[in-house]
Amino acid sequence: MKLNNKVVLITGAGGGIGQAAVRKFVSEGASVMLADIGTDVTQLLVDELGTEHCACVAVDVSQADQVENMVSTCVERFGGIDVFVANAGVEGTIGEIINTDVSNLDTVLAVNVRGVWLGLHYVIPVMRDGGGGSIMITSSGAGVKGSPNTACYSTSKHAVIGLMRCAALECAQYAIRVNTVNPGAVDTRMIASIEKGFADSGVDDFKGMVEATTPLGRYGQPDEIANMMVFLGSDDSSYCTGSVYMVDGGNAT
Amino acid sequence: MTFDFKNKVVLITGAGAGLGYACALAFANAGAKVTITDISKNALDKAIVALRDTGAEVLGLLNDASDSADVNILLDAIIMRFGRLDIAVNNAGIGTPLQEFHEIGEAEFDRVIAVNLKGVWLCMQAEIRQMLKQGGGRIVNMASATSRNTYPNASSYVTSKFAVAGLTRTVAVEYAERDIRINAICPGNVATPLVVSLVEDLSVLATKHAMKRLGTPEEVANGVMFLASDLSSFSTGSLLEVDGGWNAT
Repeated sequence: MKLNNKVVLITGAGGGIGQAAVRKFVSEGASVMLADIGTDVTQLLVDELGTEHCACVAVDVSQADQVENMVSTCVERFGGIDVFVANAGVEGTIGEIINTDVSNLDTVLAVNVRGVWLGLHYVIPVMRDGGGGSIMITSSGAGVKGSPNTACYSTSKHAVIGLMRCAALECAQYAIRVNTVNPGAVDTRMIASIEKGFADSGVDDFKGMVEATTPLGRYGQPDEIANMMVFLGSDDSSYCTGSVYMVDGGNAT
Repeated sequence: MTFDFKNKVVLITGAGAGLGYACALAFANAGAKVTITDISKNALDKAIVALRDTGAEVLGLLNDASDSADVNILLDAIIMRFGRLDIAVNNAGIGTPLQEFHEIGEAEFDRVIAVNLKGVWLCMQAEIRQMLKQGGGRIVNMASATSRNTYPNASSYVTSKFAVAGLTRTVAVEYAERDIRINAICPGNVATPLVVSLVEDLSVLATKHAMKRLGTPEEVANGVMFLASDLSSFSTGSLLEVDGGWNAT
């Protein structure tokens, strides 16, 4: 097993990709702290996977005190943090910039950028004191290319790549690796919400549009993203830091 | 390692030493049937013996990746022996002595492009023709951290590796719907015979990487195995960095 005796802290653990990642981490031998805005979904997952290796905590990642509490909860329960997956994110509303209220920008940046920054801020010292680790941030295909009607989301996902690169350079001295995982469109609640947002904006066949521009011709499955997360969390990727790892069916080509 | 390539037919070019050999060893240990090539008989013979020690079935062929007739013979030999080709790692490549651009001889440039770019082009073409016949396959090209970054006084090498990245991404799109996944790996500097032969002070080289060390051949092989396995089933046309943080700077 690739993550035997490792402690993983993952935000957005109740989402589609988050749940798949939690299952993979546990199957690879890790103990996992599942963090999400509530505990309705994550508690069910903990009940299913067992309390020996799983626990959950509620966190609004945009709030510093809550992020600090999340980190200390993980340390108290499992003794440290070896792998941190900053995965919590929101899609916000779909629409042209001129038709979007600035409050949408604030919400999306608060979770997707401020939330990641706060996670790094509180997790890095713990990892450093534990002798190192691996951090990955869930960016997106939208983090490396633009598309109409998604400016707030795409901005946030571009931003975390810059954040990741700086963190990677700062953290190499602490034996902490920092990377982004960039999923293309993946079959989850979030993509269903984005499909609906596009439909409401007059774009009927978002899914067909994505499939037509994705060389593999389909949405990804959450497991396929989780596989990359296991790779980046494990020692298999011991020389990987400061990079962007696309899992997008070739969409960014 | 927990990768499983039991009975998969794998080709690794330029596998007599360095990264290619590390990849061949990793695949052999994971149960694959391994074909290796090299341009040096001495290196090839040593690699064949070492790989057979793992218990793997090994086919070794002297081969020049920049020669189309040679490459066609290679593919014929693989099919004759194993009947198919599941995975190809196009690794064969050469470096050049560090030299300012205005002093580089034309023949030197041609030689680097012939092996590092046209060699990958020729191998991919022969591999894809076979993979189309059998209904799919996986290709991993050996690109480089210098597929995205500059390296002063290595312009021929950098040019060839930028080109390999473009070739990989474009061809990946062409075959994505025919179950041929094509990706590239972008290693930072590893203390391989190629690097050691070109660089006087490896400790200076290490400072280019955020981790302040060189990579190991095994770390690069791990990335190749990931891209060749079904763990990366939604990845095609992508470049996977294993570069100690070089490209973040």
